Amino acid sequence: MNTQEQYSGGTGSSLKKLLPFVGRRWPVLALSVVLAAVSVVLQLYVPILFGDAIDQITEEGVHFALLWDYLRKILLLVGISSVCVWLMNLCNNHLTFHVVEEIRSKAIAHLQKLPLSYLDRHSPGDLVSRMITDTDVLSDGLLLGLTQLFAGVMTVVVTLYFMFTKNLWISLLVVLLTPVSFVVARLIASRSFQLFRKQSQVRGEQTALIDEMIGGQKVVRAFGYEQRASQRFAQVNEALMDASQRAIFCSSLTNPVTRFVNGVIYAGVALVGVMLIPGGSLTVGGLSVMLAYANQYMKPFNDISSVVTELQNAMACASRVFALLEEPEERRDGTAEMAPVQGVVEMENVCFSYQPSRPLIEGFHLRVEPGMRVAIVGPTGCGKTTLINLIMRFYEVNSGVIRVDGAPIASLPRHSLRRSFGMVLQDTWLKSGTVRDNIRFGRPEASEEEVIEAAKAAHCWDFIQRLPQGLDTVLTEDSLSQGQKQLLCIARVMLCRPPMLILDEATSSIDTRTEVLVQQAFDALMEGRTSFVVAHRLSTVRDASLILVMKDGAIVEQGRHQELLEAGGAYSKLYHSQFQPSQEGEAV
Amino acid sequence: MRILGRYFRGYRRESVLAPLFKMLEALLDLLVPIFVAWMIDTDIRAGGMDRVVWYFAALLGLALLGLGFSVVAQFFAAKASVGFTGALRQALFDHIQTFSHGELDRLGGDMLITCLADDTNQVQTGLNMSLRLLLRSPFIVFGGMAAAFAINVRCGLVFLVAIPVLFTVIFLIMKWSIPLFGRVQAGLDKVTALTRENLTGVRVIRAFCREAGAVEEFEVSNKGLTRLNLQVGRLSALMNPLTYVLINIAAVVLIQQSAMEVELGALPQGQVVALYNYILQITVELIKLASLIITLNKSVACAKRTAQILQVQPAMTYPAQDAPEPQPGAPAIAFEDVSFTYPGAGGPSLSHITFSVGEGQTVGVIGGTGSGKSTLVNLIQRAYDPTQGVVLLRGQRADTLSRQQLCQMVGVVPQRAMLFQGTIRENLAWGKEDATEEEMWRALTLAQARQVVEEKPGGLDFHLEPGGRNLSGGQRQRLTIARAVVKRPDILILDDSSSALDYATDAALRRALYDRAERTTTVLVSQRIASVRQADLILVLDNGALVGAGTHEQLLEQCPVYRGIYDSQVPEEPQAAGITGGVQA
Repeated sequence: MNTQEQYSGGTGSSLKKLLPFVGRRWPVLALSVVLAAVSVVLQLYVPILFGDAIDQITEEGVHFALLWDYLRKILLLVGISSVCVWLMNLCNNHLTFHVVEEIRSKAIAHLQKLPLSYLDRHSPGDLVSRMITDTDVLSDGLLLGLTQLFAGVMTVVVTLYFMFTKNLWISLLVVLLTPVSFVVARLIASRSFQLFRKQSQVRGEQTALIDEMIGGQKVVRAFGYEQRASQRFAQVNEALMDASQRAIFCSSLTNPVTRFVNGVIYAGVALVGVMLIPGGSLTVGGLSVMLAYANQYMKPFNDISSVVTELQNAMACASRVFALLEEPEERRDGTAEMAPVQGVVEMENVCFSYQPSRPLIEGFHLRVEPGMRVAIVGPTGCGKTTLINLIMRFYEVNSGVIRVDGAPIASLPRHSLRRSFGMVLQDTWLKSGTVRDNIRFGRPEASEEEVIEAAKAAHCWDFIQRLPQGLDTVLTEDSLSQGQKQLLCIARVMLCRPPMLILDEATSSIDTRTEVLVQQAFDALMEGRTSFVVAHRLSTVRDASLILVMKDGAIVEQGRHQELLEAGGAYSKLYHSQFQPSQEGEAV
Repeated sequence: MRILGRYFRGYRRESVLAPLFKMLEALLDLLVPIFVAWMIDTDIRAGGMDRVVWYFAALLGLALLGLGFSVVAQFFAAKASVGFTGALRQALFDHIQTFSHGELDRLGGDMLITCLADDTNQVQTGLNMSLRLLLRSPFIVFGGMAAAFAINVRCGLVFLVAIPVLFTVIFLIMKWSIPLFGRVQAGLDKVTALTRENLTGVRVIRAFCREAGAVEEFEVSNKGLTRLNLQVGRLSALMNPLTYVLINIAAVVLIQQSAMEVELGALPQGQVVALYNYILQITVELIKLASLIITLNKSVACAKRTAQILQVQPAMTYPAQDAPEPQPGAPAIAFEDVSFTYPGAGGPSLSHITFSVGEGQTVGVIGGTGSGKSTLVNLIQRAYDPTQGVVLLRGQRADTLSRQQLCQMVGVVPQRAMLFQGTIRENLAWGKEDATEEEMWRALTLAQARQVVEEKPGGLDFHLEPGGRNLSGGQRQRLTIARAVVKRPDILILDDSSSALDYATDAALRRALYDRAERTTTVLVSQRIASVRQADLILVLDNGALVGAGTHEQLLEQCPVYRGIYDSQVPEEPQAAGITGGVQA
């Protein structure tokens, strides 16, 4: 299995792939940048005005006229910059949420066209996390990046400019000392990154244990394993506590340490400032500006560094999302017209394997005449389900050809091919929604009467009527038993009345009495139509017009029930093991 | 929530000291503007240079001391929050171990797992943040105000008005946005569920050509989520600009007020700078407080959920004392007029069941889907107590047996073959902690799993992945049978547990079970006639009622339901003379 997937490119290339999504909305982006620039400049200019205002307050006398002039200006600028920030936030929200929506919507559409070989190789959990969690991290990163990265850089540049115009020496002091706090913060961050990694590793172990023990709680109880489970949990819990405490403490040092460095800078600025005031190169108001800047100057650095980590993270997630989006789609659809189906299915010299190193089906030949019922039996892993994957064109054959009514299936549109088969699988997948939605899944336009008729044919009408809202009952994970779900899946196919039928252990969860009834309904449905039945219970394959006994990807026997029994081969052995006790002379 | 208080035990000191040291640090922070003001107001030309240098040293001292205090505080906060959460998590896990099937059904495994793995984590983050910030921020806010009052009462009044206004704005915005966050989460859950559905149902969707429909449905939710996100975004986009405007209005008023005070000679110029600094400090803290409250809001919800689970009392209790030794000769299992209704279910799953099974007998239970077979099994192992009637195990009422006795007496092979991460040996030891190698092999042989284990690299030490997913369904099932057999219970129940076995293996297993030397009482639940026809007693269930009890031959003659099942499975067996009315091909 290909777990070590190569995610295409690094941060840079992911960013490049993201660009078109953002670029399409460039007016919003441009507006956001302009608004950010304006608001940063204004917000940084405000302390200067405050400084000027404070300078009007001297013990020798206050220039009230000038003072009010400055204060009015402050209010005006504050108002403008606030509106800018607000609009910028709206722009950024618009941008990120729509980008994410677009990515998700592309992904879901892409998902429909990905080959099943890809989807089977990746667990649903992995793909869900790419489409949901990763895009979420991507959007958070994008939002943060947009709001803070640009604003942060702007802030640093503008602050420097204002500081140097106010006073050279204090500015030099600040510029020289700040990197210290930056370096210290980075040191702590890299150390705590390692500790956090250790923590998430231990937490992973704990979560795995929780999943198993709580998920299997009934088994735990049945075996009186509670105390042993508790001990195992305590062990990993201790380890987690230890790792967590280290990680949390270490990471929580960042703030105090940077605050300390800031405090030192602050004191330095105050000292130098106070010494400069008597000389006249700095006013008291000017000093208050410098103090405010000294406080603010650090923040964007911390912001930028956290944004960079966040962005890296976001890009790592983006690369996983883009890897999904760039996965090649299924081979192109055929375009041949499909006439009403007669039901001839041929397989000619078909070879197939999931992995090149482990050949499964080789040189497979089969010809099924219209109306035949083909039963496929054999031990687990012999290729029964694979055969169905190939006929439905979920997987492509490696070589050879499969024909329906003489037309190679690769030349047919997939939808036409698949519409000609009704399929019921052992895995009883139902969509979340009402019972009605599920029954008419294949034919959403079906009338109420048709739905009820299909439900009756599949023998599920009785229990549907007993559900709280009948056909309108919304299904949840546990509202139906396995057998009931399977009956609904059968009703779903009954409604479509497909020209051919595939049943992959379709009745495995249904009790045998109901199964007989369902089988009769199938018989009525399949009257004169080709069908393929994979079955565990030999009793359900007895009436087949052709039984294929498969082993290791090949047909080892074929024929009708009676012939095969008389032949005394693999089929007869399988069949008799079902009734062995009676053969051993149990009195009847 | 109060129930959570007890897990602070052992961390009380830390959880008091952490905020205390934080407050000390905050106090130092508040002193900084005062020292700076003094510095500014010192006249250097009049020989105040020494004093300025001293103030400078004091500022450095404050910073250093602040660092020390806050490191201590962070340490205690980390220790207390991690310690508390660790204790809570363990308690929660242990508490869940006491739950009976009833609670597990009601609460659901997923919810319990989320609570243990995620909620407790959220609680830890929230607690850690609160210990560090919940006191510090208000302290700085109100301390700043107090300092302002100390400098000048009339200027302090500006703070007195500004702070409540700011608080109100922040809280209103949060109050409005928190419910919206909940809706965003729900919208995201919906999108997640649809994605998962698309993946798990990919074969069905494609077989029915419903790709376009699936995309369409997803798009509706996807767009809805964006709309919700934008709605919340609009509200939270207001937070920053609004607080910024308010704080600056306050600062303007403050400057104006202090100008008048200076004019009156009531305030030195340096103190104006100090007042201005306090207002700036308060802004920073208020913003921190707002984000803290958002985190806390989540944590409190998680803590509540945790507390709720801790308060769930298991409905089923077990006597601490062992019941007296069973009377010899008593039936192994006896049901006396037993009825059972699942909590919340409309009708009974079993009604008026009476039967008894002698020691060492094999009893088959057969019936259709939903006929009550699994419920019967659940009652024998006392996963539930009957709604009516009595279940007796070896002559003792099931509810008088202690937990250990019950566990030792009954061994179950559940329908769903569930194994655990670890070696095969460890999995078998679930049945018997100190089982010897020989006992294990004997159990494996009986369960037809000997060959499976022998073929695995490492044999008994072969490592199973979570859920045993590196084994096939049939292999898993055989190992779960071996696990129950290792225990050597008085009563062994196989709940339809050979469904994944091929016929040959199933037949061999049944023969091994019947042929065993030590005749354990065995309950075989199945849908197949072939699995139960040899049993000493066959119980036929139909819609929760016992419609037949007897041997295969008796039932064939007397029980139409059994006959019906037989006909559907063995219609053309030549020996079954006289049964020709069945389904014919």
